[in-house]
Amino acid sequence: MIKTDILIIGAGPTGLFAVFEAGLLQLRCHLIDALPQPGGQLAEIYPKKPIYDIPGFPEVLAGELVDNLMEQIRPFQPGFTLGERAETIEPQEDGTFIVTTSEGTRHKAPVVAIAGGLGSFEPRKPLLDNLETYEGKGVAYMIRNPEEYAGKKVVIAGGGDSALDWSIYLAEIAESVILVHRRNEFRGALDSVEKVQQLKRKGQIQLVTPAEVVSLSGNGRLEALGIRMAGEDPRELHLETDAFIPLFGLSPKLGPIAEWGLEIEKNAIRVDNTLDYQTNIPGIYAIGDVNTYPGKLKLILCGFHEATLMCQSAYQRIYPERRYVMKYTTVGGIHGFDGSKREAPKAVVKPID
Amino acid sequence: MTMRDIQVTIIDRQGKPHQIEAPTDLNMNLMELVRAYELAPEGTIGVCGGMAMCASCQCYVLSPHQLPDKSDEEEAMLSEAFFVNDKSRLGCQIHLTDKLNGLQVELAPEGS
Repeated sequence: MIKTDILIIGAGPTGLFAVFEAGLLQLRCHLIDALPQPGGQLAEIYPKKPIYDIPGFPEVLAGELVDNLMEQIRPFQPGFTLGERAETIEPQEDGTFIVTTSEGTRHKAPVVAIAGGLGSFEPRKPLLDNLETYEGKGVAYMIRNPEEYAGKKVVIAGGGDSALDWSIYLAEIAESVILVHRRNEFRGALDSVEKVQQLKRKGQIQLVTPAEVVSLSGNGRLEALGIRMAGEDPRELHLETDAFIPLFGLSPKLGPIAEWGLEIEKNAIRVDNTLDYQTNIPGIYAIGDVNTYPGKLKLILCGFHEATLMCQSAYQRIYPERRYVMKYTTVGGIHGFDGSKREAPKAVVKPID
Repeated sequence: MTMRDIQVTIIDRQGKPHQIEAPTDLNMNLMELVRAYELAPEGTIGVCGGMAMCASCQCYVLSPHQLPDKSDEEEAMLSEAFFVNDKSRLGCQIHLTDKLNGLQVELAPEGS
């Protein structure tokens, strides 16, 4: 069981900054995120896109902002449970909560802050009959353990970065890799596109374009795919394969959080106050894009503010008897849990002759 | 209706048409118009905020309007989307201009 002061669900910018504000109050945080890396949408959807409305940054790339936040919170040693989705929450008699993930990891904390953005990112599944029948029996939407594909015939579908990157990776491991895409053009980092080009020339990746997987077959396990070739010579191919990995990106779903007894409005969690962003369940807060209240704006900078006020309220909940006076970081400095210290240099006071 | 407004018809995901007076002077796109009038629930449209990086605002252009060509990014996104046909466009890439007066579009199903 992982124990912490504030359990943050969602490791996007709002959740990450909450670690900093909590750290100033000497509260420890642990974050859960369904994605395998921190940063939320910024890391997953648009790491290379610029953002222009972060105060003090005329321009910053989304990926850089995440790196900076990770650097800023490092002294406060946040814990991470990544690649696992928060599934259930159980309020305890002592006022704490136990949150369990999709992989069964359990977390206990007196305060839960949901910073879940638009929800957890789920793979987008192509619309194919029988697709779900073969899930786990040859069909997968995420590659958790690449070694599983050793010596296998693999078909990957998609035209973006993950389709390219996994084709490259599996080309080394699998017996064969076939990449199917609806167009001849791929959208990805230049070096990924070039690498696939090279592997294609060497015969390590076979490209089937413009084409689409249209059917799946097999007895109890996936054995073959039907592929419709478009273009000048339209025809159907029958392709024997051991694995089919459709990689069509991710789309966010509010998911299990919607079943936690929280008030939901417009796919967001209602927090009726802008005092501390607490939900209808005391001790559970919702901050950032995941919440809604009159006047709500889904902006990163608003999430930062909400995280800050949430931490103040969390502190009072955890230490009801303590009085706290907010201290500027310029005055108080940063005292990390790792023993690190940052503070403003003292002014020199000495006479000038 | 001022001179700067145009008429746009949007058929929502339940098949219901909505006649909307859309401003052309607010630098708005079609996806934002749908959100402004809440014609699809929040969280089901404009997920990426308008970067052509998701297809949640996919729509079918039903009227014969001449729209600006698709950018490479829009083309690439549509090639990975579902329920796509030759009328498909991403709403976030259609800027509302005077030329679009009388535009008729239908929202693609959720999860496209």
